[in-house]
Amino acid sequence: MARELGLTAAVATAPPRAIEADQARARWLAAQSWARWQRRLLPLLGAASLLFVWWALVAVFDVKPYVAPSPEVVALTMAQKSNVLLANLWPTMLEAISGFALGNTVAIAIAILFVHRKWVEMAFFPIVVLINSIPVVAKAPILVLLLGNGMAPKVAIAAIICFFPTLVNMVRGLEAISPQALELMHVLSARKWEIFLRLRLPTSIPYLFSALKIAASTSVVGAIVGEWIGSQIGIGALIIQATYNFDSALLYATVITGSAFSVLFFLTIRMLERWCVRWVPHPA
Amino acid sequence: MASAALLSDPAALSDAPAIELRGVTVRFESVQREVVALENISFALQPGSFLTLLGPSGCGKSTLLRVVADIIMPSSGSVRVLGHAPGEARRRREIGFVFQDSTLLPWRSAIDNVRLPLQVGGGARHGRGGRSPEALLALVGLSGWEHAMPHELSGGMRQRVAIARALLGDPRILLMDEPFGALDEITRDRLNDELLHVWRETGTTILFVTHSIHEAAYLGQQVLMLAAHPGRVRGIVPIDLPEPRHLSIRDTAEFGAVAGRLRAILETC
Repeated sequence: MARELGLTAAVATAPPRAIEADQARARWLAAQSWARWQRRLLPLLGAASLLFVWWALVAVFDVKPYVAPSPEVVALTMAQKSNVLLANLWPTMLEAISGFALGNTVAIAIAILFVHRKWVEMAFFPIVVLINSIPVVAKAPILVLLLGNGMAPKVAIAAIICFFPTLVNMVRGLEAISPQALELMHVLSARKWEIFLRLRLPTSIPYLFSALKIAASTSVVGAIVGEWIGSQIGIGALIIQATYNFDSALLYATVITGSAFSVLFFLTIRMLERWCVRWVPHPA
Repeated sequence: MASAALLSDPAALSDAPAIELRGVTVRFESVQREVVALENISFALQPGSFLTLLGPSGCGKSTLLRVVADIIMPSSGSVRVLGHAPGEARRRREIGFVFQDSTLLPWRSAIDNVRLPLQVGGGARHGRGGRSPEALLALVGLSGWEHAMPHELSGGMRQRVAIARALLGDPRILLMDEPFGALDEITRDRLNDELLHVWRETGTTILFVTHSIHEAAYLGQQVLMLAAHPGRVRGIVPIDLPEPRHLSIRDTAEFGAVAGRLRAILETC
């Protein structure tokens, strides 16, 4: 503000050269603002063109509604069946968020244990890798048998799917301290818990958030996969029902509802990250 | 031989030496062989003096600093810091350490980085006396930058913050491990001058590691020359240049002669 005022004051008495420079600056600012608009408009344009191609393909090839719906039918279904979609979204949201909280909390706790007790890591990390290598769709039925048909198995699947990336990243983050920083703490006679609180934990936060952003999307996937198996309610259950009824419009509407939540969840975590981690430059 | 010049008769000293090493040897065991980082190092340093450590890489300069700071235990020999074992001096916060990398915590502002020693290791007890964090930032020429984050500061400014942090609680010993090694020459010269100013203001004993002949000669009252493989004392060279020193001294013939002498000794290391 003050700088702008200073600039205009300078221009009033400035020789022609300064005015020229000022015009160049104005041109540069205009180019910048156009670039900003481009960044916002082009993705919208891209999405709109794809929607048009979708609509055109369905119209030109006369695709039957039980194979694939046209976009306007999907939009209509989303409006008309919004209460059904929302009623099924709530349980999925609850499962995903609970699973996210549970899986990440356990992962962080175990990462802290691993970093402070190396032998625990050596004993159990291979088993964690092994369990992680089992596909989610294979783990889901096992958990449904174990935990019954309620919310518990879905939360468990969402938690397990979050667990591994967070564990690995958190261990890396807690260990990403420089040897010199450790020496500094030693010279200051810092105790172990002080090193943890003042050095390791803050160092690990950016690593943690990279994992949490992955977990935000995958926890929703976990909850949906859990609902595929013998569930009556939830986005996953609705997907199965719509598929068996050849209700392609409802199927697409359900998928869009689920992904919208997934994206929202991701953006929330990213906002939290930007608020918490201010010392690492973030890409735009 | 050379170390005798500094190893004054204890009775002649009014105070215990700030730093005293006797026959310090440090060996590192590696998989294939044993590496002798330091061999039979002896010297003593009087309180308030400025000693620079000069030698080729691999001569154990940094190891020597870490022995004094109680980061590395010597394999044999004795180390006394202000008449105490290094660990005791460390716990009493008599030692400030400045690393080559500023080692600032990136999530803390400049002033909060300077405050770190108050917040760990029972530092609140030691930090009460002496200069405040604000005064220390002013001492290193950073008043007005208290709330800047490390990524907003230049390399030279970050190193000034690190010096201010090391000075919190008025430690009587300041150990500096190539603190300006990563800086450009212009910044380095300016910081050399400011370090001399800080030294005169605080009266701390400074042990300063460098691999720059000019820096060693300009800063030190004496230069401890180390030879490599294994690291051992090559000589202690007193620098008879007038004090207080200013950068212009570097253009004098006397300074050139001193630097030339150091270079000649280095070439035999």
